[in-house]
Order: sequence, then C-alpha cells, then structure tokens
Amino acid sequence: MAKSNDTISKTLIVAFLLCIVCAVVVAGSAVALKPQQVKNKELDRRSNILLAAGLLEPNQVTADKVTELFKKVTVKAVDLRTGEFTDAVNPDSYNQMKAASDPDMSKVLKNDPAGIKRRENISLVYLIGNVDHPDKIILPVRGYGLWSTMYGFLALEGDANTVAGFGFYQQGETPGLGGEVDNPNWKALWPGKEIYADNSMDPEIHLVKGGVSPQTPNAENKVDALAGATLTSRGVTHLLQYWLGRDGFGPFLEKYRSEGA
Amino acid sequence: MAADTPKSVILTPVFKNNPIALQILGICSALAVTSNLNTALVMGIAVTVVTAFSNFFVSLIRTQIPSSIRIIVQMTIIASLVIVVDQVLRAYAYDISKQLSVFVGLIITNCIVMGRAEAYAMKNGPVMSFLDGVGNGLGYAVILLLVGTFRELLGSGSLFGLEILTLEKNGGWYVPNGLMLLPPSAFFIIGLLIWGLRTWRPDQNEANEFKIAPNTKSQEAM
Repeated sequence: MAKSNDTISKTLIVAFLLCIVCAVVVAGSAVALKPQQVKNKELDRRSNILLAAGLLEPNQVTADKVTELFKKVTVKAVDLRTGEFTDAVNPDSYNQMKAASDPDMSKVLKNDPAGIKRRENISLVYLIGNVDHPDKIILPVRGYGLWSTMYGFLALEGDANTVAGFGFYQQGETPGLGGEVDNPNWKALWPGKEIYADNSMDPEIHLVKGGVSPQTPNAENKVDALAGATLTSRGVTHLLQYWLGRDGFGPFLEKYRSEGA
Repeated sequence: MAADTPKSVILTPVFKNNPIALQILGICSALAVTSNLNTALVMGIAVTVVTAFSNFFVSLIRTQIPSSIRIIVQMTIIASLVIVVDQVLRAYAYDISKQLSVFVGLIITNCIVMGRAEAYAMKNGPVMSFLDGVGNGLGYAVILLLVGTFRELLGSGSLFGLEILTLEKNGGWYVPNGLMLLPPSAFFIIGLLIWGLRTWRPDQNEANEFKIAPNTKSQEAM
C-alpha cells in the first residue's frame, strides 16, 4: 500500500486535494470572521482616540461605552497643504495609512525629522463639540523612535495650544525604557502643557532631561524626558514638532488659535 | 513502546517527556510570550489546539500521504490551522492577538507541532493522535504558565493583570525587576525549571556524550 502512494499521479492528486481543502478552510474562516475583525479594529481606534482625549479611562473600555462616547466625536478630513477642511475624501472610509504610501495622495519629505518618509496630503482630525469652536481637537501623530514608528493621538484643548492628553497606541520601543511612553504616570505629565510659545508658528514643546518643575523657565513648553531612553524621547519631540509645525497641522491649528486670541 | 492508554498519552508529555523541558523544543515562542500570564495562557491554548487538530488530520490521512511529500502535507495542514486560529483570535480576542502579534503565525514553525505530526500521528490512529497533541500542547502550556507566573509576578508585581505586589511607583514596597520583562529572564527560568525537573526525575538526565579526561600534564606556573 505504501508503494502505491508514491506514484507520481497519486502524489499530485493528494497534493491537489489537500490544497483545495486547506484553501477552502482558510478562505472560509477569513471571510466569515472579517466583519468581527473590522469591528474590533475600529473599536480599538476609537477607544484610543477617546483615551487620548481623556474621555475614557483605560479600565472602562467596553464596546458599548466606546460607541456611546464616540457619538460626541466629529470626524473631519483636513488638507494639510492648506489647513482647510476638505470634502475630497469620505472621513468614514478614508484610510490614512494607505494614503501615506500612495504617491498620488502623499508627498516625499525632504525635511523629515519624524522619520516618516512620506506624508499624506489629507489627514483625519477628530473634533469634540462644535466644529467651529471645538472643546477638544484630536490629531493623529506618528514618528520614529529608537526601534519603531510610534503611532499615537494628541488631544488639544479648544485653544489649539494646550495639551489635553497624549498617548501612543502602537509602539515597539524598549520595554521598561522607551516603552515607558505607555506609562500612565508619564502620560499624566502632558495635560496642561502648551505647544506654542506666543504667536509663533513653530512648536516649542519638547522633552527635556532632568525633570521639569514649575520654576523651570518656560515650564509650560517642557515635559520630562523618559529616563534611559534618549532616542525615544528625541523621537517624541521630533514627531510633535513635525506634526504641529508648518508641514503638519500648523496651518490647520492656526485658525483656531487666531480665533481664540 | 508499551501500549498507550489515553491517560498516559495525555499525561506523559506534561511532566515525564515535556516538549520544552526534556526535548528543548519550542523555546523561541516560550521566551517571547511569557512576560505576562494572559498571553502565555492564550498562546498555550492556541498551540494545544493546533497540535491536537494537526495530529488528528495528519493521522486521518496518514495512509494516503505519499512519503515524498509528507513533510509538505503536514506543513500545509499545520499552516492552515494556524491561520484559522489567528483569524479567530483577531475576531474574538483582539487585544491579546495584538500582543501576541507575529508569534501566533510562528506556531507554524514550532517544532513541537511538526515533531508530533511526524513522530506520532503518522503511525497512530486519529483519536490517540488527537490526545497526544492535547498532551504535548498541555506540556508546552504548563511550562509557559510557570514561566509566565514568575515573570509577571517579579517583573510587574501582578498576575493576570491583577496587582499582587504593590509597586513602589504606586505607593507600595515592591521594586519590579525589569530584567524579568526581557526575554533572557525566560531562559534563566526555563533553565532552572529543567534543573529542578531533572533533579526530581534523574532518569531525564542525558548520558554524557564524552568523558572529560583528567588533566595529566602538570605545568609549571609561568
């Protein structure tokens, strides 16, 4: 019997049938579970937005709660070249990460402090409250740390200057050192910090070594760096300065700042 | 080998012939996913399911598999099962699957799965093969959970995410050992476990491959 298994035709038949069966099983499971997976991804993204804005505590993330709270959030698309809202894409279906790698929808960066190589022309922003005078503005930011691109959300108050919350939802920095960007104690340093010095377009916010006390000059623009993670801290400074600067959300935020003043 | 009973097939791999501790297989994922118990548990379950079902299916068609492509046939079955497990985790345990990331996919390359398919399922009936897969998966899971317990307790002061030792930064007394969160600590713990297991069951010691000859030439100190 073992011998008859080794003929060429038998080998081909077994291989072929096995492939068919396995392909059907794999494809079937992928298709059947897709809706649930998409839901999970969306839920994850939304809860990260709400966490950054401080509307949600990390220990109370449930599907119902996130869906309910997210009703307060308006998703808008912003053209980063002009800083204006745009209708060119549908915010509900727009895939920002895909756009960032599409030559027609992004540009190559020559000056690239955040280490992201390409920047999409249109970014999503999340507004809470009135669109013209929002309570909070939540911006997606990303940049290279030491090992990995860190993806996060930065929440600003309605004056487009004061930080309301900041957090990364995906990073691969050294656990215990750069990975401490996820430490709640460190994240708690952010609310109340200010991005810009007076009337400047260039972000002033940065991380400093050695701690920040209220007596430090310009303490409102400084955040304590992560101990033992110089390069990750530098990455955080760079990505914030890039995304909040002229090439990032600077022009968009400018409107809210001038209106508020 | 003596006739296998269902009980012996399940229990032997857990202590007597543990795939990690005795055969030293599957170490790579054991290092990567044991920094906390949640991921260790899910990984243990995932490997158990994959090993059990791949053994079952390989055994089911074992008389039809041409020997020239048998490894490929086994790999195809294992890979398909791993993809299904990965998809299920993504759908129903999204947070955990994010933490396990690539290591679920790497179950395909876990030597335990393929080792059992080749060594046991190709020669035994489907039901016994299934049980053998469960047993070996459990053996893997037990070690993962042991390592995970040490690492999470000493590294984060918690078990399954619940705080057991109050950390200093939260106003307690325990200063976590950061090394425990890094992969090398799993090496140390697995090494200690193997030492303990072989002291308990000396028959697991391997015979020396060679004997170190006594140093016969005495030399003056320079």
